[in-house]
Amino acid sequence: MNALPPVEDGVGPTAPDAAAPATPLRDKVLRVVVPVGVLAVVVLAWQAYVTLSQVPRYLLPSPADVAAALWNDWGILWPALLVTLRLTFVALLLALAGGAALAIVLAQSRWIELALFPIAVVLQVTPIVAAAPLLMIYTDTQTTLLTCAFLVAFFPILSNMVAGLKSVDHNLLDLFELSGATRWQTLVYLKLPAALPYFLAGLRIGGGLALIAAVVAEFAAGSAGKGAGLAFRLLEAGYRLNMPRLFAALILLTGTGVAIFALTSLVSWLALRRWHESAVRRDT
Amino acid sequence: MSHSFLAAEPATGRPQPDAVVRLEDVGKVFANGTVALSGLSLAIAPGEFLSLLGPSGCGKSTALRLIAGLSRPTSGSIAWPAARLDGRGLPRGEIGFVFQEPTLMPWQTVFGNVWLPLRLAGISSRQARPAVMEALAAVGLEPFARAYPRELSGGMKMRVAIARALVMRPRLLLMDEPFAALDEIARQQLNEDVLQLWRRTGLTVVFVTHSVFESAFLASRIVVMTPRPGRVFSDFAVAAPADRDARYRTSDAYHAVTAKVSRALQEAMQAGAAA
Repeated sequence: MNALPPVEDGVGPTAPDAAAPATPLRDKVLRVVVPVGVLAVVVLAWQAYVTLSQVPRYLLPSPADVAAALWNDWGILWPALLVTLRLTFVALLLALAGGAALAIVLAQSRWIELALFPIAVVLQVTPIVAAAPLLMIYTDTQTTLLTCAFLVAFFPILSNMVAGLKSVDHNLLDLFELSGATRWQTLVYLKLPAALPYFLAGLRIGGGLALIAAVVAEFAAGSAGKGAGLAFRLLEAGYRLNMPRLFAALILLTGTGVAIFALTSLVSWLALRRWHESAVRRDT
Repeated sequence: MSHSFLAAEPATGRPQPDAVVRLEDVGKVFANGTVALSGLSLAIAPGEFLSLLGPSGCGKSTALRLIAGLSRPTSGSIAWPAARLDGRGLPRGEIGFVFQEPTLMPWQTVFGNVWLPLRLAGISSRQARPAVMEALAAVGLEPFARAYPRELSGGMKMRVAIARALVMRPRLLLMDEPFAALDEIARQQLNEDVLQLWRRTGLTVVFVTHSVFESAFLASRIVVMTPRPGRVFSDFAVAAPADRDARYRTSDAYHAVTAKVSRALQEAMQAGAAA
C-alpha cells in the first residue's frame, strides 16, 4: 500500500500548551495569594474578635490558643490522628477492592445483578452508623469502626463502577465481538478502561466519606485508651471544656479531609490527563 | 427485484458461485416487532464496490450488521461460499467494519486503536507494528501514531477507524454511513481516498449510505432499497470510469448516474408507500 497524500481535512494534533498562551506570572501569584489572603483575613478577624470582646476561652478560643493547643497536645493528638488515618485508609482500600470486584461480578450477568443488587441497596440506605452499637455486640470496637467506614465508602465506589462498566460504547462492544474478543479481553481492554473515570469519581467521593464515617462511627461506638482516634479526643476535650484542644482536633480532621481530597484528585488527574475530558484543559 | 427501466445495466450477469457473501431471502424482525428486512436477496461479488442506498430506517444498516454477524437473521440465510468459517459461522479476520462514528477508544493512542484487532488476536505491539504503520500510511496518518483521538479532527478520526478496519487485511470492508457526520469537504476528500484504497487493494466494499451523490461517486454497483421492511428495489452496475477523482464530480457521466439513482430512489419510496 502506498501512502495517500497528506491529510488536509483538519487541524493536526496540538501539543497541549503550544497554542495556549502561557499564564502570566502575575496571574499565577494571584492564584495563590488571593485564597491564602482571604484565609488570613478570616483568622485575623477571629483573633481580633476574641481579643476585643473578651469571650471566655472555654466558649471560643482564639487562633493563638488553638495553635498553642496543637503544639502542646501534639503528644495526645498525633497518635489519635494516626489511629483515625489508619482506619480511614484501610477502610478505603478495602472499599476500593471490594467495590470494584463486586461491580465486575455484577456486570457479568443480569441475573447476578438482579440477585445481589437489592442487598446492596438495603445496606446502602441503612444508616450504618446506627447499627454500630449492634456490631459492638458481635465484634470488638476496631472491627466495628472498620466495618462502618468500609460500608460507607464502599457504595459510591460500587455504584459508580457498575455505571461505568455499563456505559461502554455499544459500537466498541460490537467491534470487540467482530474481532472475536474473549470475555476476558473485553473486560481488560474495553470495560475496565472505560469505567476508570467513574471508578475515580467513586474514589474521590469514597475517600471523603471514609474519613467522615471513621469519625462518626467512633462517636457512635465509643472507644478509649490506646486505640482512641481523633473523634474520641474531640469528645473528651468537649466534656472537659478544653475548647482549644477541641478546635485543634477539628483542624486536624479538616486538614486530613483536604489532604485526602487532594490526593484522590491527584490520582484521578494522573490517570486521566491524557485522554479524558474531565482532566483535559479546554481549548479556549 | 430488479426494476424495469434500469434493466439496461443488470448486475445479474456476475458469476454467482464466486460471491464473497450471499444473502438469500433474509428477513429480520426485532424483539419489539419491527420488521426491518423482508425477503432481502443479494450476492456480493469479489472486488466490487457495492453501495447500499435507501431512506433512513430502511434496514440497510441492519443488513450490514447481519453480514458482519453482529445480529442474526430471523429468516433466510447468509452464506460465505469461498471462505473458511470459524465457530460463529463467520470468516474470521476477513471482515473489516467501519461504523457511523469513529468509535475509537479515547484512552488509547492512534497506534493503540489500530493495533486493537491484532492485539485481540494475540499479536504483540512489536510484531504488529509494521502492519499498523502500513494501515496508518494507507490513510495518510503515519505521523499521528502517538496522538490521542481527542487531538484529531472528525475526518482524521474516521481515517483511524478505516486504518483499524484495514489492519487485518480483510477481504470484505463493511462501511455503515461512515462519513455522514462530516462536513462536505472532508467527506469528498475521504470519498476520493476510499476509492483510491479500493482500487489499489482489490478489496470488496459494501458501503451503506443515504446519499445519492456519495453512491454515484463511489460505487461500481448500486443497490437501492425500499423503505421498511427493506428489500432490494433496484440493482445496477455503474459503468463510469474506475479512476474517478474530483473532476468526475462535475462530469456529465456523474450527473447521469445521480439522476438515474435519484429516480430509482423516488420510485423505491413510492413502491414502499404503496405496499
